[in-house]
Amino acid sequence: MIKYFFRRLFTFVLSLALASIVIFSLVEIAPGDPASFMLGINAQPDTIAALRSELGLDQPKINRYFDWIGGMLTGDFGISYTYRTNVTEMVGDRLWVSLPLALYALFLSTVIAIPTGIYAAAKRGKTGDFAVISATQLGIAIPNFWFAIILVGIFAIKLQWFSAGGFSGWKDGLFNGITSLTLPAIALALPQAAILSRVMRSALIETLGEDYIRTARAKGLSSSQTIWTHALRNALIPVLTIIGLQFSFLLAGAIIIEQVFYLPGLGRLVFQAITQRDLIVVESVVMLLVFAVILVNFIVDITYMLVDPRLRQDSI
Amino acid sequence: MKYHFKLLLSAGVLATSLGIQGAHAAKTSMTIALQLEPPHLDPTSAAAGAIDSVLYSNVFEGLTRFASDGAVIPGLAKSWEISEDGTEYIFHLNSAVTFHDGSTMDANDVKFSLDRARAEDSTNAQKALFSGIKNVEVLASDKVKVTLASPNGSFLFNMAWGDAVIVAPETIDDIKTNPVGTGAFKFSNWVQGDKIELLRNEEYWGKPAHLETATFKFISDPSAAFSAMMAQDIDAFAGFPAPENLAQFESDSRFQVLVGNTEGETILSTNNKMPPLDNVKVRKAIAHAIDRQAIIDGAMFGYGTPIGTHFAPHHPDYVDLKANSNYDPELSKKLLSEAGFSEGFTTTLKLPPPSYARRGGEIIASQLRAVGIETEISNLEWAQWLEEVFRGKDYGLTIVSHTEPMDIGIYARPEYYFQYDSSEFQAVIKALNVESNPQKRSDLLRKAQRIISEDYVNGYLFELAFPTVANAKIMGLWENAPTQATDLTDVKWAD
Amino acid sequence: MIRPSTSLQFGILLCLIPMIMATISFFWQPFDVTELNISNRLQPVSLTHPFGTDHFGRDMLSMIMVGAQTSIAVAFVAVGIGVLFGVPLGLFAANWRGGFIDDGIMRFNDLVFAFPSLVIAILITAIAGPSAFNAIVAIGIFNIPVFARISRGAALSLWQREFILSAQVAGKTGLRISTEHVLPNLMHILIVQATIQFSLGILAEAGLSYIGLGAQPPTPSWGRMLADAQTMVSLAPRLAIVPGVAIIITVLGLNLLGDGLRDALDPKLRGSMKK
Repeated sequence: MIKYFFRRLFTFVLSLALASIVIFSLVEIAPGDPASFMLGINAQPDTIAALRSELGLDQPKINRYFDWIGGMLTGDFGISYTYRTNVTEMVGDRLWVSLPLALYALFLSTVIAIPTGIYAAAKRGKTGDFAVISATQLGIAIPNFWFAIILVGIFAIKLQWFSAGGFSGWKDGLFNGITSLTLPAIALALPQAAILSRVMRSALIETLGEDYIRTARAKGLSSSQTIWTHALRNALIPVLTIIGLQFSFLLAGAIIIEQVFYLPGLGRLVFQAITQRDLIVVESVVMLLVFAVILVNFIVDITYMLVDPRLRQDSI
Repeated sequence: MKYHFKLLLSAGVLATSLGIQGAHAAKTSMTIALQLEPPHLDPTSAAAGAIDSVLYSNVFEGLTRFASDGAVIPGLAKSWEISEDGTEYIFHLNSAVTFHDGSTMDANDVKFSLDRARAEDSTNAQKALFSGIKNVEVLASDKVKVTLASPNGSFLFNMAWGDAVIVAPETIDDIKTNPVGTGAFKFSNWVQGDKIELLRNEEYWGKPAHLETATFKFISDPSAAFSAMMAQDIDAFAGFPAPENLAQFESDSRFQVLVGNTEGETILSTNNKMPPLDNVKVRKAIAHAIDRQAIIDGAMFGYGTPIGTHFAPHHPDYVDLKANSNYDPELSKKLLSEAGFSEGFTTTLKLPPPSYARRGGEIIASQLRAVGIETEISNLEWAQWLEEVFRGKDYGLTIVSHTEPMDIGIYARPEYYFQYDSSEFQAVIKALNVESNPQKRSDLLRKAQRIISEDYVNGYLFELAFPTVANAKIMGLWENAPTQATDLTDVKWAD
Repeated sequence: MIRPSTSLQFGILLCLIPMIMATISFFWQPFDVTELNISNRLQPVSLTHPFGTDHFGRDMLSMIMVGAQTSIAVAFVAVGIGVLFGVPLGLFAANWRGGFIDDGIMRFNDLVFAFPSLVIAILITAIAGPSAFNAIVAIGIFNIPVFARISRGAALSLWQREFILSAQVAGKTGLRISTEHVLPNLMHILIVQATIQFSLGILAEAGLSYIGLGAQPPTPSWGRMLADAQTMVSLAPRLAIVPGVAIIITVLGLNLLGDGLRDALDPKLRGSMKK
């Protein structure tokens, strides 16, 4: 077990190191000089050179890589080229939008998916199941940004029930914040709910068919409630894994939705940073996201190791 | 029971007070949206136009400033004297002017600002505006003498630019995030990626602003702009990016639409050194293949004024040279075969993000194809465009709008991205720079326009319109954009 | 009772629509999509223009037909990349299971999965410039670990089977066993996964095109059509609805096809196994 843990830790660190190299290289290859971009059309070459020097862009790449790594390890993610503020602060601010949005979408998705998935599994083979399956098939096929455009057209412009986008901040009140995030959350939640519903349904069907359930029935545990609770508990394991995966997707993958609703979130920050050649922001934010996913994977692996006796003997 | 009653009562009080506050606040606060967010808040170094759009004339002021009709009027300098030979300017400053931090504004600050802008290591984006300054001398606390190396007829005009605003040495260090100027508004808060808030300066030296608070929101996406305006999340949008929606706003009594002009000549920039575009016949062929009105209608939904040269048509010295490049595809094909390209040729068309470029580009590509010229379109982000087209000069054609006022002088720079090298034209501009007689200046400007039109340096498309959509009850918004600015000093809500 | 063949039938039917459109458009389009006719713009639905015209006067039906080519081509080649590189990786990992090659490949998989795909796709197109080709590369890269993981998983369980063990005893090399015995028995899983990745590829291409990083003008693309239509949603909603529906039909068709194939090809239902 200890050996496994250290092996896993080693791969964790190695993955992070590799990821940082890949990210740094990708961003550095991107053509386009941040200084030129910031100064615009009429700037003279010497002004640009002065700015490059100020930003530290004239240092050799190796130095900049290690400066970046060293900074990150001490929690300093650098200073944004375009905004001249602390990247950590900016990310912190953006997280106040992206995190609640992801959680909200996750909440909606779960609230829709779990009951419908259970219902479909219960009514397996009958019309109810067919209805749910068709709906989920449709849900998966709808591009979420298209759905967002339609939502805005109907609920914001026509009916004026919601604002068309923007986020004024949590200090204007919890209710205000939540209403601003509602349409985006719905747009994000739709395909996720469809996927999750199918996972819930198939996981439940599978566990209901498992041997130990049949044994329990045979032994006289005729109470459908106990069987259902048993089956449900076990079916929820893959469902929870998917929910975890969806969360990390929602955090970074909401770029397009954030564009449609002009939300000041993490996704739009990265997108703007790429177009503005704000290399520091791009590198640091992507690294942060990758770190979050790798960390979650690591924790899950270690948890399984502690929970699953099969893994405790050092065989894979 | 008693508890519930108390709760209801306090809820009621709260709601009413919020309601009252809401109704009151609408009269003196305003939210106005812009497309581009400033990267930082210092108009005097590494400045992007977006910085001026928020801060010019609101937070910062210069010796002179632009009025809404483009005229140069006194700013922090209430009057000036110019020496006989045109090299010495004595500015008389307004008295009792303070910066937003309470410190006084005097001749020392003027000297500080000008010296900083023209210093060796200055990162001022328009260093050229200051390069002619030989010396700045403080004569008294309200008198400054600026000596130029040679007379410059545009000096007062130059000092009105956003890059020439007056700043203070006490607050220069964090000017990029906490700008301190002398204007009618002071900077309050910046939520990056979202908005900037300004508050009325109660100690302003001039006529106080009507608005108590002004919030600038940044919405770059045209459809988001439309939604925000329609849903009335914002009160106004200066430089509304989706001309296709203007008709809808015009017919809606809740809104007003102002369409003014800008100093933005939208042109099909041509790489004059890239074959076969180095052949003037080929460039002439391209000019005649273009149907300007179709581009204005298709890309800008009719908003925009066609131009025949690189000059603003609303300017008194404008010469109408559109006939030189009228729409004549037959003539175009004839010219191409005369130049040896009866089979046509292929070139690149690299387009930056604005929709006038992206849409205009598709339309031009189709018009050029009709005469046999194939274009490979690449849609680039600004960073790539600057790298490849502007600095690398690796392009055949591109579309961009040059928004600086009176910038016909760029054609005199052979290393500018058009790579146009005409000694005749350069001589005209050289003469213009030292000429201060208005009649002679007019003549030179007209001559300059003719030369670049007849040399077919670029395809001259149209002057960018400046549409502003706003709540019908707002008064005082500038219709035109003579410079990049959103001057709110005279804006108010009608009662 | 849901018969597997219903999914399959519906799936094939829906898929045929974009496929046929794309094929026909190679040879004939009702109108030339590269010819812009501003005076003819925003025409409503009519007999000459079954879906009307767009803001440049182009026939919407022709745009959809040619756009089908783009979406299908990009998604298809991206799947190809995933299969070409991913399946061998998975087979190698299964062959040398337990060792550090297996470990390395699995960690590589995890690493690629950890990257936010949309952000990397944007980065790639920012570096290399926006184009259909770069969209293919960006989407294809993220298909590789999917196929690697799924072929490894399926291959691992196959390696426990008797007929494989007997081939080993007979002296066949891992490579031969992988290609002759393991791979053929993976095909049904790979086909189903390929259909799923194909449908995801269509969505990904639409997303990338929507933010301007896919096929460039004048090549029509469904995603870009949606982006162009957005500001005119109140003027002419069909400009946004039609490309959206095209995407939905294609993706739905592919998903149903995948589901139908899965049920049809499942050896447990068929009862036989290729030896």
